[in-house]
Amino acid sequence: MKRFHALMCAVVLAAVAGPAGSADIPLDQRRSGYADLGRDTKAMQDDDTSNPASLGVQDGEALWSQKAGTAGKACAECHGDAAASMKGVAARYPAFSPARKGPIDLEQRINLCRTENQKAEPLAFESRELLALTAYIGRQSRGMPIVQSDARLTSAIDAGRKLFTQRIGQISLSCAQCHDDNWGKQLASSLVPQGHPTGYPIYRLEWQSLGSLQRRLRNCMIGMRAEPYAYGAPESVELELYLMWRARGLTVETPGVRP
Amino acid sequence: MARPLVNVPAKVKRGQAFEIKTLISHIMETGFRYTTTGERIPRDIITFFSCSYNGEEIFRADLYPAISANPFFTFFTTATESGTLEFKWTGDNGFAETATAKITVE
Repeated sequence: MKRFHALMCAVVLAAVAGPAGSADIPLDQRRSGYADLGRDTKAMQDDDTSNPASLGVQDGEALWSQKAGTAGKACAECHGDAAASMKGVAARYPAFSPARKGPIDLEQRINLCRTENQKAEPLAFESRELLALTAYIGRQSRGMPIVQSDARLTSAIDAGRKLFTQRIGQISLSCAQCHDDNWGKQLASSLVPQGHPTGYPIYRLEWQSLGSLQRRLRNCMIGMRAEPYAYGAPESVELELYLMWRARGLTVETPGVRP
Repeated sequence: MARPLVNVPAKVKRGQAFEIKTLISHIMETGFRYTTTGERIPRDIITFFSCSYNGEEIFRADLYPAISANPFFTFFTTATESGTLEFKWTGDNGFAETATAKITVE
């Protein structure tokens, strides 16, 4: 089915996009994927007791005050109440890490804290624990605008843009050809969204679980029959960063629900 | 694992219908899937859900493999006296979870 989608995509785009280059979506025309959800899915996201991602947030809340590692420290011992200390954090990630001299995303930041401060094993990407903590931290920024204004990240944002506009895979399509040039149109039965990462980690109905932005990006790359970047690879983080910059000003919805 | 989420109004009017919503964390593995090496993934689902009010059963459901992960139930009932709602989920591999919620009838 995926292959069919991808192929359809290629055919459709060859017809509509032609050789024209990609242009950024005008700021006032940007919208969250939420706007295109069906009524049921919107209702599911809006009500915390029907949003299955709340279960992850709840898990994260429990992990927040659970001691970990040889240092025997919990997140809460340094950071206190997440509602205060983590407010707005997810809205400005990926952020610049002086140690890495580049951007790191929220998952990497959590694992840095684990290895350096808690002296614990880093959590595996897409593990229940890491997704839960990310969702819990992300939840504290719900309703806040996405901010990406760190001058130290300019070159990384440019690198992300390059990846976004570069044709990849056997299908030979770039992210921009769908999400900048043809958003709002149909790809088989699905609507092509603008691709703003406003609600990550999301509960994706197709996955029946929480998943990170990187997992979602890998989905798209596999659809293009390209080899996806590894979890935590610099390219993945640059793409995440570019997408957050592209979505600057939009509202954080974490934890979102998507089809 | 996360606790089940239960949403009931704290106060309800006597005899008036109100909504109960429950959400529980469960993988609901169907038992029809295979691993890449051809081994069957054993079934692991919730098979039964019930809700009782002051000990009297008011809602019950049997669950089957076609039900998606993290089952969500929502239903309506009316109350004539204050009391406690008890929710019970049971399933494969000895899965058992309970939750309670108090309701005040005005």
